[in-house]
Amino acid sequence: MNVFDIIGPVMIGPSSSHTAGAVRIGRIAGALLGEDAVKAEIGLHGSFAKTYKGHGTDKALAAGIMGMEPSDSRIRESLSVAKKRGLEISFYLTHIDGAHPNTALITLTGADGKTVSLEGASIGGGNIRIHKVNGMEVEISGEATTFIILHNDTPGTIASVTQFLAGQNINIGSFRLSRRQKGGLAVMTLEVDSPVSGGINQELERLPNIISSTVLAPQ
Amino acid sequence: MIHYLSVSGLVQAAVLQNCRISDLVLEQQAQQLEQTPDQVYDAMAQSLAVMRQAVVDGIYPDLRSTSGLTGGAAFKMKCAVDDGKNICGRMFGSAMVKALAVSELNAAMGKIVAAPTAGSCGIIPAAVLTMQEEHHLSEDTAVRALFTASAIGMVIAQNASISGAEGGCQAECGSASAMAAAAVTEMAGGTPQQVSNACAIALKNILGLVCDPVAGLVEIPCIKRNAMGTANAFVAAELALAGIESAIPADEVIVAMKRIGDMLPVSLKETADGGLADTPTAKKLQEQVFGKRE
Repeated sequence: MNVFDIIGPVMIGPSSSHTAGAVRIGRIAGALLGEDAVKAEIGLHGSFAKTYKGHGTDKALAAGIMGMEPSDSRIRESLSVAKKRGLEISFYLTHIDGAHPNTALITLTGADGKTVSLEGASIGGGNIRIHKVNGMEVEISGEATTFIILHNDTPGTIASVTQFLAGQNINIGSFRLSRRQKGGLAVMTLEVDSPVSGGINQELERLPNIISSTVLAPQ
Repeated sequence: MIHYLSVSGLVQAAVLQNCRISDLVLEQQAQQLEQTPDQVYDAMAQSLAVMRQAVVDGIYPDLRSTSGLTGGAAFKMKCAVDDGKNICGRMFGSAMVKALAVSELNAAMGKIVAAPTAGSCGIIPAAVLTMQEEHHLSEDTAVRALFTASAIGMVIAQNASISGAEGGCQAECGSASAMAAAAVTEMAGGTPQQVSNACAIALKNILGLVCDPVAGLVEIPCIKRNAMGTANAFVAAELALAGIESAIPADEVIVAMKRIGDMLPVSLKETADGGLADTPTAKKLQEQVFGKRE
């Protein structure tokens, strides 16, 4: 903990969990798609479903998907900004068994039909946890530099990624693997101790059996 | 090296080194964050600038929250102060204006600094900026005071909570008020012991306050409680600066707050199921914003 956890963050109100945290969830979804989304379908669960209008959670999620930060003054007008940018956003109320009360389920579609889905919760004070990516379980806080790597479940893929990072002198703080089925689509999430340049991520993406890699800067 | 485990530890360290609590905190935080003291100082100065802008942006007659439930109170208060109609003098009135302005701006999706939370974001700006303005203090004094306030906040966060969902409003507006009291006391030239007394007195006065937001929104009663928390910070600072001590030391008050928070039922901790949120008017307002519910 430091002074800026106490006096901070600078944010758009009214609620660190329902607004600032929602922006962060949206940002990760947008980063995972890796391009401008043309369509966003957003499911709201629990307290998000009950109070999103009053807290501006809808605007916050939309703003995040478009890459805005929690302190961006345009959050208030984000739904009209989305319209101008050709991003079609729809919200629906949902219930996810056992999910945290502030949970959003986001599915984004890019211009060429690429889609990504994500389930994230705002767990208080603007902190978040992403629990699922494309239906696969992950555990992302966004507090450290994080790689989210979609890949084919084949022998040696994990080793090639960790070896590559070792070669770049990047230390791994946490690692998690999840897959749909044996030999199918899988996701690795790695938290690392040092900042990572976009170039390193591009090189990593060229490794065999990697479908896509996204690196998130700590937020 | 200082830790943020107790207020008494901070006071002892400052007395030992014959300096302000903020001096120690700035130096330690620079080390912890692996930055120069200037970088850390500048970041805090930036937060103070955001707070000042929030006061300006929050004073509009037609400012309204997203829900439409609140807005415009800061403007009314400012008119009363400008017309010389407020009964407690200009400084008090000016502090109320700022507390309302920042809190109302927060509810209207404006830019604020969580201090320590968004729900209590009006208290520290109102106390620190009013103290600076009315006593013609330097920007440096105000920026440094925010380090002292943060140190108190860190001790409270470590030993109790700064979240309404965990500890009730005492943990949000109470913590903010204690932090603001500490900041104002240091700004007035108070000793580290007086800073500690101000913190203790402020927190004692708000112990037990529940978090019962109408319709679950950070508006009613949060905005007016920011005004109260600011007034309470000045009450505590005035007493402490006059040499009045808190019979119960700050660290014990913080533990008491934690215990009270644990004892509070969930219905009174930000769930909008009890207290003011459960009144007939609150339910009507909730329906007005969200429509009927089963």
